[in-house]
Order: sequence, then C-alpha cells, then structure tokens
Amino acid sequence: MTTQTTALMQVENVGRTFGGFVALAEVSASFERNKVTAVIGPNGAGKSTFFNVLSGVLPPSTGSIRFKGQELAGTKQHRFAHLGIARSYQITNLFPKLSVQENVRVAAQALRTRYNLVMNRSAYPELVEKADAALAHVGLHAKRERVASDLAHGEQRALEIAIALVADPELLLLDEPTAGMGPEETKEMVALLERLATERTILLVEHKMKMILGLSDRILVLHHGRLIADGTPQAVQTDPEVRRVYLGQNDGYA
Amino acid sequence: MSSTSHAAPAALRPPQAVGEAGFLSRWRVPLSIAVLCVLPWVLPSQALAVNVLIYGLFAVGYNLLFGYTGLLSFGHAAFFGGGAYITGMAIAHFGLGWFPAMLVGVAGSSVLAAVIGALSIRTRGIYFCMVTLALSQLVYYTALQASNWTGGENGLRGFTVAKADVLGFTVNLLDPMQKYYFLMVFAALALWFVSRVLNSPFGAAIEAVRENETRARACGYDVERTKLLSFILSGALCGVAGTMSAIHLSIVPLDALHYHTSSIVVMMTMLGGAGSFFGPFVGALVFLLIEDVASLWTSHWQLIVGVVFILFVLFLPKGIWGTLIAWRNRP
Ligand SMILES: Nc1ncnc2c1ncn2[C@@H]1O[C@H](COP(=O)(O)OP(=O)(O)OP(=O)(O)O)[C@@H](O)[C@H]1O
Ligand SMILES: [Mg+2]
Repeated sequence: MTTQTTALMQVENVGRTFGGFVALAEVSASFERNKVTAVIGPNGAGKSTFFNVLSGVLPPSTGSIRFKGQELAGTKQHRFAHLGIARSYQITNLFPKLSVQENVRVAAQALRTRYNLVMNRSAYPELVEKADAALAHVGLHAKRERVASDLAHGEQRALEIAIALVADPELLLLDEPTAGMGPEETKEMVALLERLATERTILLVEHKMKMILGLSDRILVLHHGRLIADGTPQAVQTDPEVRRVYLGQNDGYA
Repeated sequence: MSSTSHAAPAALRPPQAVGEAGFLSRWRVPLSIAVLCVLPWVLPSQALAVNVLIYGLFAVGYNLLFGYTGLLSFGHAAFFGGGAYITGMAIAHFGLGWFPAMLVGVAGSSVLAAVIGALSIRTRGIYFCMVTLALSQLVYYTALQASNWTGGENGLRGFTVAKADVLGFTVNLLDPMQKYYFLMVFAALALWFVSRVLNSPFGAAIEAVRENETRARACGYDVERTKLLSFILSGALCGVAGTMSAIHLSIVPLDALHYHTSSIVVMMTMLGGAGSFFGPFVGALVFLLIEDVASLWTSHWQLIVGVVFILFVLFLPKGIWGTLIAWRNRP
C-alpha cells in the first residue's frame, strides 16, 4: 500500500449510528492530495452522514479518521477549519443577513482572530483582500456589497463555496453543490468545480452522474451506509452491484 | 442625515459592515452621551432621568447578549442585583470607598456571569431561558436567606455615599444633578466599551454566531466559548448598572434580584430595539414613562405595560429605535 504515505486523509472502519439505526458502517478509504473523489448513492445512503463525520459535525460511533497523520475522532468541530478541512452543506448554510463580503471575511477572520476585543475589525485589511479574492474566484466579486439572502439560489451556493475556500483548506468537502439548481446555474457551478478540481483535494457528493463522470478521479458508492464500490469512474460504472442498486431506481445514471 | 449617499444603497448594507458605518453608527458613542447629557433637562423629573440612565445601561448590557449574540437570558437580574448587593456590602460591611466598592461590584457580577454562563451556555432556546432563570432565582434565594449580610427581605441599607472625591473635586451625591452627571460618567464609559466590543473582531464573531451557529462553527469559531465571553461581558455591564443603582438609591431592594427585574430588561430591550446601539435607552425611557404615567391612573399599570409590549412584539418587532433606523436606511 504505497498510498499510506501520501494520503491526506485515511478513514478506517468508520461507522455512525443514530439510536439503533446504522447510518454508516465499516467505511474505509484513503484520500490522496489533489484528487477529486465523488461520493454517490441513493437517497438516505449515508453520504451526508459520511461528510458530517469527516468534518466533525458528528463524532463517529466507531473507527478512526486520520488527517495528515493526526487522529480526528474526538476533535471538536470548530477545530476542523483550523486543521484545513472546510465544507459546504447540502442545504445552503450562510450568514443570511450579513453582506456577501462580510460572510467571507468573517470566515477568514475565524482563522486569524476570534476573542480580540482590543483591535478594530478594520485593522485587518488582509482579511478583506482574502475575502474579495475568494469572491472573485467564484464569480461573486461584483455582488460583494449585497446582503447574502438577496442573492439568487445559485449565487448563494457559490458564496458558500467562497466561505469554504477563503480558509485555503487542504480538504474541501462539498455536499451536493448543485442541489436545487436549474440547468444554467448548474453549468456555472460545474465550471467553478472544474477550476477548483485542478488545485484542490475535493470530496464531492452529487446525484448528477454526467457531471461526476466528467469531474472526478474516483468514485465511492454508498448504499445503506456501506461502501459497495470504490474505483475509477469507468470501473464503478460497470460494477454489477452498483448497477443493481441504481438501475430502475432513478434516472440519476443517465 | 444624508451622509449615506455613497456606495451601495443603504438598506443593502448590514448594520455593522466593515468600513461602511453610517453617520449615526460612526458617532454612536458621542451622540448617545450627548442625549444622556440633556436627559435631566428634558424629562419631567430628574428621578426619571437617573432611572433611564441606570436601566438604559442595564438594557445595553443585556442587549449585547440578546441583540448581538442572539441569546435570550431570563436571569440578568442576578448580575444587576448582584452588582448592586456586592457594592453595597463592600461599603456597609467592609468599609470600602465608593470606587473600590463599585469595582468589586462589577468584578463580582462578572464572576457570577462566568458561573451562570458556564452552566447555561450549552443549552438552547427555551432551555437556556429556563436555566438562566433558575440559576438567578438561586441567587435571589441566597440573598433572601443570608439576611445578616444582605438585609434579607428588607433589602440592604446603611451604605449611603453622600459625597465622592474625584480628581480633587468633591461631588455632592445628595444633589440630584451632581449625582446624575457623576453616574453618567460610568454609563458613558460602559457605552464606549460596548461600542469597542461591537467594532472589534470579537464583535464580528458574536454576529456570526447570532446569524448562524452551525456556519460559525464550521468556519472555525468555538461557539460555546464565544457565547460565554459575551455572557460575561454582558453580565459585567449589567453589574455596572447595578452598582450605579446602589450608589443612586443608597439601598438595594431585594427586588433587584427578582425575576421581575429580569423581565423588565427583556421588555426594555425589545421595546427599544434589540441589536441596535441606542435602542435599549429608548426602550428604558418608554417603559419608565409608561410606568410613570400609567401608575397615576391605575394600580394595574403592569397590565398596560404588558399590553404595550405585546403590541410591539406583534406589530413593531424591531422596536422603536430599530424601526426608525430601518426606516432611515430604506432604499
Ligand atoms: N441526525 C440524525 N438523526 C437520526 N437519523 C439521521 C440523522 N442524520 C441522518 N439520519 C439518517 O441516516 C440516514 C442517512 O442520511 P444521510 O443524510 O446521510 O443520507 P444521504 O445519503 O445524504 O441522502 P440524500 O441523498 O437524501 O442527501 C437517513 O436514513 C437519515 O434519516
Ligand atoms: Mg445528503
């Protein structure tokens, strides 16, 4: 296993239960730098639960997660951003009443200063610059003075990615970035993801198969909380177990 | 009033956006102090003015937690009354001068806030209300039982501060005007401090926590710790108000710790406008005016206050000052 030395994150036997319900069981995988890995599976397969465990929202019930060699199980959620793991949520998760720029600036500030009562916020112009750069990256620079909740749905999704990007994370977790988007908005998001794919380590949950096949280096398939396939897009596409789970269930495979 | 004609339409700006504060916001401390300066001259009585000063500051302290951090506490009487009692006891039982006594009062209410905050901050919503209420009731009953120290039901007496020597001047605290401006200095300092906090990076952090706890945590803020620090600062400010009330009244009624006092500060803050800088003073003024006027007509004045409060919650949820600010910032 040569990947052991180069992997950014190693997940071993991770499971998560809610009461008696097993949402995630015995998932093992390791993720290398600068690769895009898609996580797919039918509704309720445990994809978001997997992301929640990897981003500290939920502690795993079993197993271990190592990030750059450090064990993450038991680490408090707010530490994850500092360690270099950032995420977006399946349901848009912003600071709705703050300006677009402040949404991103305050995210950048979290890694710089948090309990500082002495300085002025404006004493950190570099945070504003970082925010503007992240906004430019996702194409929202011109709208930076707007209130976040005034943005169109697709723009809000992009803003959430800017919030994650401003932390300059080593691992980026994106839970259905195109959820609820129309074809036009999806096209723009795919273009953004293609740009990100060249420079970052990304884990991506998505239902849109065409998009996944174009973007990802590798696909994990979850079903009933278990990893049923893990491989290149070609391998996964032809995997009989995956076809059985997906075919006839929905047209997501189109 | 037209200093906001630059850049984006004013309504699109968040209240505390970096570098984009409007005229009212930029000058909020001097403007607030100017208003407090003229208060005893424009209000029907000086007694009312000093109450607006004290309860206004109490509400400002409460607003830091409720309006800016988004936590609805029902136990802030503990910090107001706590500050008042500790100051009073420091003078009555330990013979401290007024200034060290006030410092001890504020320090004591901060410690109390740290304890109550640490025990309540992990609970949410209605549970947070209930835990803060229960813990403040504990403080109330402690004061009631420890009557050797606190005077029990009769309240704490016997610590009149008749004059204060400040920088070579002697302030006669038996003169209402001198007392008002003496106390106003502390309110002014507290207001400056609150403005400082709101402008600081920490001010941005509590705003983020109020706006979206989940997102704030994902960004890397320790939400619990941020809330706790805000809780302590809020308790300390309410302690300043309590300590001022002790110096003003020369007694501390047991009522200062009663949950009724906690509910008054919630109402004042909401009447004026939670999350606005000067709103709490406006709320205190309106509340105390209604109380003054209504109590002349009827002994059931609390009913009138209650009805007014409900009307506000239903029809003017931003409060008086908050609505004015929003109206001024309309596109
Ligand atoms: N906090 C929770 N408490 C209880 N059950 C939960 C919780 N979170 C998820 N579940 C359950 O775990 C299962 C997996 O949910 P999860 O959100 O991970 O699915 P998903 O693969 O993201 O699905 P979708 O495609 O619909 O987003 C579901 O049955 C869900 O009801
Ligand atoms: Mg999901």
